[in-house]
Amino acid sequence: MSRVKTLQSLFKRYRRPGDIVFAWVLLIVAVFLLSQLFEQTAYKSGGKLFSQPRFWPAVSLSLMALFAAFHLLGSALSERIEGRWAEVWLWVSTLEYAVWFIVYAAIVPYAGYLLSTVVFSVLLALRSGYRSRMALSAAALSALGIVLIFKTLLQVKLPAGQVYEYLPDGIRQIMLTYF
Amino acid sequence: MENLIAGAEMLARWDVVLALFVGSIGGVIIGAIPGVGPAVAIAILLPATFSFDPIVGLTMLLGIYGSSMYGGAIPAILINTPGTAVNALTSYDGYPMTQRGEAHRAVSLAYSASFWGGIFGILCLILLSPVLALVAPMFGSREIFLAALLGIILVILAHRGQIFAAGLLAMFGIFLQTVGLDAVTYTQRYTFGYSFLSSGINLIVVVLGLFALSQAFFLLTAPDSSPDAKPVSGKMNAGIKELMKHKRVATVAASLGVILGMIPGTGEFTAQFMSYTYAQKSSKAPEEFGKGSPEGLIASEAANNAVPAAAMIPLLALGIPGEALTAMMLSVFYVHNVIPGPQLFQNNIDLVYGLYFALILLNVIVFVFLLFSTNLMTKIIRIPTRFLGVMILILSFVGVYSLRNSLTDCMISAGFGVLGLILKRLNLPIVPIILGMVLGGIMEVKLRAAMPRLKTPFDMIDRPIAFILFAMICLILLLHLRTLIKEWRAHQPEEDHDIHDTQTR
Repeated sequence: MSRVKTLQSLFKRYRRPGDIVFAWVLLIVAVFLLSQLFEQTAYKSGGKLFSQPRFWPAVSLSLMALFAAFHLLGSALSERIEGRWAEVWLWVSTLEYAVWFIVYAAIVPYAGYLLSTVVFSVLLALRSGYRSRMALSAAALSALGIVLIFKTLLQVKLPAGQVYEYLPDGIRQIMLTYF
Repeated sequence: MENLIAGAEMLARWDVVLALFVGSIGGVIIGAIPGVGPAVAIAILLPATFSFDPIVGLTMLLGIYGSSMYGGAIPAILINTPGTAVNALTSYDGYPMTQRGEAHRAVSLAYSASFWGGIFGILCLILLSPVLALVAPMFGSREIFLAALLGIILVILAHRGQIFAAGLLAMFGIFLQTVGLDAVTYTQRYTFGYSFLSSGINLIVVVLGLFALSQAFFLLTAPDSSPDAKPVSGKMNAGIKELMKHKRVATVAASLGVILGMIPGTGEFTAQFMSYTYAQKSSKAPEEFGKGSPEGLIASEAANNAVPAAAMIPLLALGIPGEALTAMMLSVFYVHNVIPGPQLFQNNIDLVYGLYFALILLNVIVFVFLLFSTNLMTKIIRIPTRFLGVMILILSFVGVYSLRNSLTDCMISAGFGVLGLILKRLNLPIVPIILGMVLGGIMEVKLRAAMPRLKTPFDMIDRPIAFILFAMICLILLLHLRTLIKEWRAHQPEEDHDIHDTQTR
């Protein structure tokens, strides 16, 4: 990379592998959404065009489809960059972490914020390849710190775990309120 | 004067002072860690701040926004990896200085230039306030509509080489904000019969997915690494003396930061680049640029730190955010029923002054903090990247779930997280989606509000400010066309780079 640049060259972005797949998907999405325009939006008779509930979805989706078509054209006419499907596979493999996140969110109302956060943090650290005792304890302690800051101190709105109902009387109230 | 005192009084509370410290010092740390930018931090903290007073929440977020660039200079100089995207040019001259064994000089110079830029930006904001209070009421619905339209156009055109992608994503953002029940006609739009879509797609859920979750996914799927920065020794206040020799460069850079910071869609990056170019052209030693020139370092740091204060101008005066961070802050205003715009200067001027003072204080706090703790920062930036990914994922949950305790929100956010990761991997911008959502909402509301008073399309631009805005839109489009033609004729050789990468945000 040269050290001195023109404003134009600095502001340019360059294509990466998988660009054309993304361009196709977005064009299909835009065209599909546009095809649903008449079913999914209403037109109030007598109202002005710019005030219609259909106006902005129509404008944004038409332009989106137009830009997507040009973006696809640009990708299709450019030289192919190797590694397209490896890149797409990486996108797909990200879904694993999305599932981790959703499962964590689903468990919190049952197992409580403290327990699920510490367990999830350690498990995810293991999944990320950390094996040392230090890394795993750092994950657990950081999770504990996050719970203390957000739930105990800042009292952020998070549901109390159903599991806390089984705790003895004295501890139960504290756990329900602060953890 | 009374308002000034009232503004200062707003800050004289323990919770505001605490928020200021947490925000500014937290912002420096966040900025210093490559892989966590201010956008990630603000997105995560946003819902938590909703329960605070507006001044407390805003001070904290403003602290993160204003101080992250100070921190971002540290890894840019020491390990050639900008902590935030806007410190990219800092590494051009900062890292060669480190290689020459002048890390201490570079770091202290960066802090001093940042401080100069930051304070200059705020002073301009304070001096401009009376003018803003005068001009802002002249902005009616049609003017705000045109200003938002100008913002969208600028955001798209700023992404050169990927204008179609930026346009596509901005339009997607505008579309997203239309989903749900239309507030005026009570008709459903793109809900496909699902009740959870009736209330629309929440901006914060999208922001958390696109900025925070995507960053977590990005770090978790990439190979683990741990940046290694060497400790710095020497007196940190040496930079102030050296800065005084380059006052002209620092002031011009900060002025460019202020001017470009005010224009929606351009921001720190353009400001930094233009001031760097200016510094190089006006320097006695232009050949030193890129090889460790103190002037280059000063130009880039003074410019980017002048932007946050300037970016508050369109946000406070017109309610129009110029980039993602101010767009997020806009939602804090809305949650507390403080509507930024012309009325803010009439009804809540004390809040505006309070924010100005907070900005000054945060610059002082950060500057003093950094003079003593640079070496602490070099330790913090060693956190392994995948570990950071785990932490961001856990923190994102607090952000999304605390909003309305909805698992559906978590799913939507995870979906946007995957989209954000794809955009980052493809080196495509995320900001147009967020600005599309915010500015699209503003355009729809304001155009509707302007309609009853418009008889012909020309009525849209029959007022002076509306006409100026319209002329600016035409001029920008024409200038863009001219550049395209010039480029077409010049056939510049292309070279690839990652400098605009959203990965560092």
